[in-house]
Amino acid sequence: MIHQSKSHESAIGHVTGKAVYTDEQRPPVGMLSLYPVMAPHAHARIKTIDLSGAEEIDGYVTVITASDIPGINNTGVILADEILLPTEEISYWGQAVLWVVGETDIAAQRAAEQVKVEYEPLTAILSIADAIAADRFHGQPTQISRGAVETALAQSDHRLTGALEIQGQDHFYLETHTSWVIPDGEGHFQVYSSTQHPTETQAIVARVLGIAKNQVVVTCLRMGGGFGGKETQANPFAAVAAIAAYKTGQPVRVKLKREQDMILTGKRHAFLGQYEVGFTVEGQITALAVKLYADGGWSLDLSPPVLLRAMVHVDNAYYIPHLTVQGWIAKTHKVSNTAFRGFGGPQGMVVIEEVIDRVARALQLPPEEVRERNFYRGSGERNTTHYGQEIVDNRLDRIWQELLDRSNFSQRRSEIAQFNHTNVDKKRGLAITPVKFGISFNKVQYNQAGAFVLIYTDGSIQLNHGGTEMGQGLHTKMLQVAAKSLGVSLQRFRMMPTSTDKVPNTSATAASSGSDLNGQAVKDACEALKARLKPIAARLLELPEDTTLEFAEDWIYYTEDNARDNKRKITFEAVVQKAYDDRISLSATGYYRTPTIFWNPETGKGNPFYYFAYGAAVSEVEVDGLTGMFKLRQVDIVHDVGESLNPLIDRGQIEGGFVQGMGWLTMEELVWDDRGSLKTHAPSTYKIPTIREVPENFNVHLLQRAAQEGVIYGSKAVGEPPLMLAISVREAIREAIAAFGHHPARVALASPATPEKILTAIEQITAEVEIVS
Amino acid sequence: MSEVDQNQAGDTRRDFLKKTSLAAALSLTPITILKAADQKVDERFAELFEKIPLNLKVNNKPYNLKVEPRVTLLDLLREQLHLTGTKKGCDHGQCGACTVHVDGERINSCLSLAVMNEGKSITTIEGLANGNELHPMQAAFIKHDGFQCGYCTPGQIMSAVACVREGHANSRDEIREYMSGNICRCGAYPNIVDAIQEVKEKGGKV
Ligand code: FES
Ligand code: FES
Repeated sequence: MIHQSKSHESAIGHVTGKAVYTDEQRPPVGMLSLYPVMAPHAHARIKTIDLSGAEEIDGYVTVITASDIPGINNTGVILADEILLPTEEISYWGQAVLWVVGETDIAAQRAAEQVKVEYEPLTAILSIADAIAADRFHGQPTQISRGAVETALAQSDHRLTGALEIQGQDHFYLETHTSWVIPDGEGHFQVYSSTQHPTETQAIVARVLGIAKNQVVVTCLRMGGGFGGKETQANPFAAVAAIAAYKTGQPVRVKLKREQDMILTGKRHAFLGQYEVGFTVEGQITALAVKLYADGGWSLDLSPPVLLRAMVHVDNAYYIPHLTVQGWIAKTHKVSNTAFRGFGGPQGMVVIEEVIDRVARALQLPPEEVRERNFYRGSGERNTTHYGQEIVDNRLDRIWQELLDRSNFSQRRSEIAQFNHTNVDKKRGLAITPVKFGISFNKVQYNQAGAFVLIYTDGSIQLNHGGTEMGQGLHTKMLQVAAKSLGVSLQRFRMMPTSTDKVPNTSATAASSGSDLNGQAVKDACEALKARLKPIAARLLELPEDTTLEFAEDWIYYTEDNARDNKRKITFEAVVQKAYDDRISLSATGYYRTPTIFWNPETGKGNPFYYFAYGAAVSEVEVDGLTGMFKLRQVDIVHDVGESLNPLIDRGQIEGGFVQGMGWLTMEELVWDDRGSLKTHAPSTYKIPTIREVPENFNVHLLQRAAQEGVIYGSKAVGEPPLMLAISVREAIREAIAAFGHHPARVALASPATPEKILTAIEQITAEVEIVS
Repeated sequence: MSEVDQNQAGDTRRDFLKKTSLAAALSLTPITILKAADQKVDERFAELFEKIPLNLKVNNKPYNLKVEPRVTLLDLLREQLHLTGTKKGCDHGQCGACTVHVDGERINSCLSLAVMNEGKSITTIEGLANGNELHPMQAAFIKHDGFQCGYCTPGQIMSAVACVREGHANSRDEIREYMSGNICRCGAYPNIVDAIQEVKEKGGKV
């Protein structure tokens, strides 16, 4: 069952509507609801709060303000700079000043609308540019460097400079943030939360309540999407619900409305990238200096590791002998930006792909040739990143060639040239881009995991591990791993919800690491149980205790016997029952930590990644020069998932990641007005890809014979890397735009490349042509 | 939490009057009513917070309920009937997660006031299977892996069944056109089209 397409473990629940998410449990008696009072300023001082109107509303219970917090009024995770409930200052538009508790959702909402808050507005910093001008940053700038960039730039054949703004992205998980907190009256709190990081939610709840972590249990049943948006962002809502439960002694629920979710929670970081590149006449990049500015928002949240991941992915697949990348985190009066699938990696890659395209057009070379020319390859320095990690098992060339063949690239390129020659208003573009993405948390401590497996005397099994399920299929893969390791059928298992009282001190389910880490921990627990069951099985089979036995298909076999039918064997149940009778423990924990990774933040050097995931994509688009609209005609992908644990799930991750990346780069536009108020807070104004935008020709090929050594059953991480395959759509659009001009030496294209921005780009290059002629 | 009132409490005259004065309000959207009600713009709206009787069938089961006029069909299903298979993705008619069938037609239940459904027959995702036997569309979604997180899935399936019944599943392009009101953030779209196409091509009763 390992390496096989097995449908999602909750498949029946999902198609019948019976799968339970946080807000769909049977409500406990007396459960109250929370509703926020949100500030209509990006930066302001709170002058007065008047609750009298709220108190008159039927069903009003109480309010939760800073003074109700028994512990620490702070939910910051890296730095304690994130006030949960402000007492003086509002730091972003929509920030919750206080929360109203009501007997029902509606009562809480009606009461919240009667709360009167007076503010004194202050000047707000609302963009990266404003923050740079005001010298307003989180922490100090960081730098990673190799070689002598200044000298190499000075000596290069050609030099170019440029800048690129990359917008953020809302997660838009279909299930908005939800928390239920149930106090037991003895000082313990059971928290149900849509969190990708139950252990951190537990820590934050304990912190705001001022109690020990062991008094708080956080459980995540499953999530309706996460994408990084529920890594730290779940914490404040769980914390507020916990404070309300503490104050009222009753169960309390918070379930955000869509617009609240979009206004209150952090997003993918917007970036500003500035670069200077030096290159040879052949298009070989010799030197690159990059400055990256990330919009951190009002508090630090996870911005440092996000920025770091951007800095260690600004090379993508390319060897650049002299490279300096510097990073800043802008401090603005906006939501605190956070993890989002790719975690800064995508922004870093968009910058380098932009640079490559500049180089190619300046030299009038096909971009794909310049890309390929600059690949990491060989061994030693030529195959080593700017942060000093050698790329062992580099699969870039192999994937590239395979994809060029499979997609019929060169023939299609000439067909498109033909099409463009004969069409005036519509032009097509074709582009191929690579992805090399580092796997492991940059924070070394996070690269550990635990599991807990319980066998009952009837042979049924409960499986616990530290990872959370948000649709990525982690639970399904973990069941496959456990079933394979114990040699039993999947039907024996019940997958338990992720809970801090089963597996403690876990890491976030993030960084694509869920299966790698938890899979090894699950296997470790199963191997421990097998080691205990083996001697018992041997005794039952009247064999010496150290005999080699095989666990498979719900039986334990004596391997030395030849024909399987005649093999001596005994059922799993019989061995389990005997183990109990012999007083042998039938539960075991498992544990794993990733070997060989290290990182030195002082020098910006190390081996931060256990391995790299690779892929490449070819996209073909057609751009309408009158409307600026584009149609994605065909996508071909070759992606490396090692020996897939589950090809069905991995394909889904690749397709879904690609679509999400395409949304980010081409249609999802976050608009804030000049007061810092988010104008795109509903699906009507914030456009994510629908079924219509997905190309009919969408060919995904998993790289074959690709086992990854040292990873669970030869597999590879798959959650994030495919998102960056969508950069091929952006580059294909650029190709099409270029075709409206006459071999322009540059095609400037905004991100996201909305129809409006595409039109602007076309106007720019056609204007340039006119000047030249 | 509000309780389902299973008693056949006869309509009082007052209830009846309220129901009639409601007629005007029903032409408004739930959001307008909510806003008007919250701001007490009009005293008549205040009356709308008092519960009125509602008779309807959900998944073939008759209910005699009392609901606040401003409650949407979606909230009635989720909060009062605990039929949480129908999801709330936006509450504004823009994501399709709340799709149910009313007298066989697909609608976004977040856009329909519960009281507008007097005498109607509602089918939700919970009522689609025949006992333990999955509806062909449910089976096809599993076979083609038409979901990841599953949150959009009930809406997708209800919409897909209607799409086939309406005769709007004749080509992949047509399926994409008529399913475009159902957002899937996980991007399971290609598999959703596969599932619908298979059900359509098999041609059995949907
Ligand atoms: S919840 Fe009804 S359409 Fe989104
Ligand atoms: S399966 Fe997650 S939104 Fe569709």
